[in-house]
Amino acid sequence: MIGRASVPRSTTEGEPDDVTVRKRVPHRTDGGEAARARAHQPETDSDPDVLISARGLTKEFGDFVAVDGIDIDVRRGEAFGFLGPNGAGKSSTMRMIGCVSPLTEGSLTLFGMDPEADGPAIRGRLGVVPQKDLLDEELTVRENLLVYGRYFGLSRSVVAGRADELLRFAQLSDRADSPVEPLSGGMKRRLTIARALINAPEILLLDEPTTGLDPQARHVLWDRLYRLKQQGVTLVLTTHYMDEAEQLCDRLVVMDGGRIVAEGSPRELIERYSSREVVEVRYPDFDLEPHRDQLDLGDLAERVEVLPDRLLIYTHDGDAVSRIVDQSPDRPVSVLVRRSSLEDVFLQLTGRSLAG
Amino acid sequence: MSALADASADQEQAAGWAYRLAAEFGQFRGAGSVVARNGLAARRGLPVLLSGFFEPLFYLLSLGTGIGVLVGGVEYGGKSFSYQEFIAPALLAASAMNGAVADSTFNVFWKLKYARVYDGMLATPLGPRAVAAGEICWALLRGAGYATAFLLILLVAGYVQSWWAVLAVPAATLVGLAFAGAGMAATTFMRSWQDFDLVHLVVLPLLLLSTTFYPLSTYPQPFGVLVQLTPLYHGVELERALVLGTMDASAVVHVLYLLVLGTAGLLMAGRRLERLLLS
Ligand SMILES: Nc1ncnc2c1ncn2[C@@H]1O[C@H](COP(=O)(O)OP(=O)(O)OP(=O)(O)O)[C@@H](O)[C@H]1O
Ligand SMILES: [Mg+2]
Repeated sequence: MIGRASVPRSTTEGEPDDVTVRKRVPHRTDGGEAARARAHQPETDSDPDVLISARGLTKEFGDFVAVDGIDIDVRRGEAFGFLGPNGAGKSSTMRMIGCVSPLTEGSLTLFGMDPEADGPAIRGRLGVVPQKDLLDEELTVRENLLVYGRYFGLSRSVVAGRADELLRFAQLSDRADSPVEPLSGGMKRRLTIARALINAPEILLLDEPTTGLDPQARHVLWDRLYRLKQQGVTLVLTTHYMDEAEQLCDRLVVMDGGRIVAEGSPRELIERYSSREVVEVRYPDFDLEPHRDQLDLGDLAERVEVLPDRLLIYTHDGDAVSRIVDQSPDRPVSVLVRRSSLEDVFLQLTGRSLAG
Repeated sequence: MSALADASADQEQAAGWAYRLAAEFGQFRGAGSVVARNGLAARRGLPVLLSGFFEPLFYLLSLGTGIGVLVGGVEYGGKSFSYQEFIAPALLAASAMNGAVADSTFNVFWKLKYARVYDGMLATPLGPRAVAAGEICWALLRGAGYATAFLLILLVAGYVQSWWAVLAVPAATLVGLAFAGAGMAATTFMRSWQDFDLVHLVVLPLLLLSTTFYPLSTYPQPFGVLVQLTPLYHGVELERALVLGTMDASAVVHVLYLLVLGTAGLLMAGRRLERLLLS
């Protein structure tokens, strides 16, 4: 078992964060000049349960605005997701939160600290799973964990104990002394996640944790992440996948073009931006507009979306719609009733489908 | 009253300075873990490790015996030495340079652009300065190992003339610092492997012309002055003074030159890593 609940945070001299935290405490409790002097920090800073707080977070690369003034609050123990298509600005946001990319504008605090002043102390309490694995290929599987733990200033014995646990957690115990290079993509991903846990982080940042994995490997990972969450680790993840967001996230934001276009729990978003059910209708040909015009659904259809290969009919009563469609003279090849998903939310919000 | 206020203001300022100084040095914290990482990785590259040991030996055996027969003795610092004695300390400095340059250019470039080792490090509490310092320390450690081995060979061969020679290894490490710092800083500006031709273009003339193989007096002016401005010259002269026992005040200049070059390189490398990786 891995995580804060089972692995006690070490008290070795190598953990600079504790010192800094103590130093910061008066700022927060005296409520006087010092606190007001830090006016650039958002209100929520005073709430110790808000671990990540961003206001007007902006990242520009030259003239290009990758992240365009977003506000987020992530609470302790939460699983928070960024959902969005390629180029939405998810990774740019994650890198700022990981304190490896300075903000262009806005404010950001983690654990009540400012990344610019206290980057090392903050990073000591984060686990980072970047979009690309970036494992150390000159080292073996186990050495990757040992060496990474030493970067955090953890003692050899603490690191050795955790490495064994994490290898089991990642189901890599039998590959412990193998070089990294020949591992499969899924194994490398699991090792990257194990590596990110070596410092028993309070927040785990995962940038597309399951992209490129087969469905089974993905489910194994979801299970691992769920267990971490149970142990109290705060998860922040990005994904293209609606099912992943639905599986893992308590709350998420949908990003598009560097902005947040919607925010809420997966359920809330579906309720607000979609209908209860969706009927997917396919026809033998792909000229779908006339088919849509010919259907007479009355109040049953809240909205009809025309995709290149099918119609999506948003409705509160999928069965009723499917009966009408079935009996229509245009003879669809297939009619499928399903629960509405975040994919539908995204479609509604951006007018584009979210190709993974 | 106001004197008291002044005093406390002074105190506060001093505390501020102390804090800032501590913060500056704090940025090097964790460099040891970078060195440890390299040590682990190097275990699988033993043949490469050994090459650094044999290189100066080959020079000594081939040039030393070959040219040594032709040349006879060399006048240096008012004393006369055999040709082998003359080039042996210089080779100590030159191999320190070669080792440091190899470690801080090719190896660092590979880790920076391809293996992306530093990206992983910077996601931890390690900062760019700690990474740069760790890499440079590793180069020094290796260099010190080679220098020790080579010095022992010189000792056995009877080329060591002075007790000052106990400082020959620290001096070789200083030469390593200068070149590792400069090399790593330069590497952060390289865009592709082609740029490394420039490294050879710098290192080879330095090896051949820094009074390594013949004394400064044989250089025509103004080349002599030019030679005195280059870093390996100071390394070579320092090693000679120590091993041959021709120590004088100029050693201070040599040490300062190498120290400044190394420190400037280290700081520059740290800043460049920050620019490149923390964008
Ligand atoms: N270092 C950089 N320099 C210049 N532009 C960048 C840089 N990093 C990201 N961008 C640009 O910022 C935009 C957002 O990129 P980002 O990687 O944050 O998107 P993303 O949501 O993570 O996308 P994906 O799903 O493809 O990973 C993209 O248009 C990208 O080209
Ligand atoms: Mg991304």
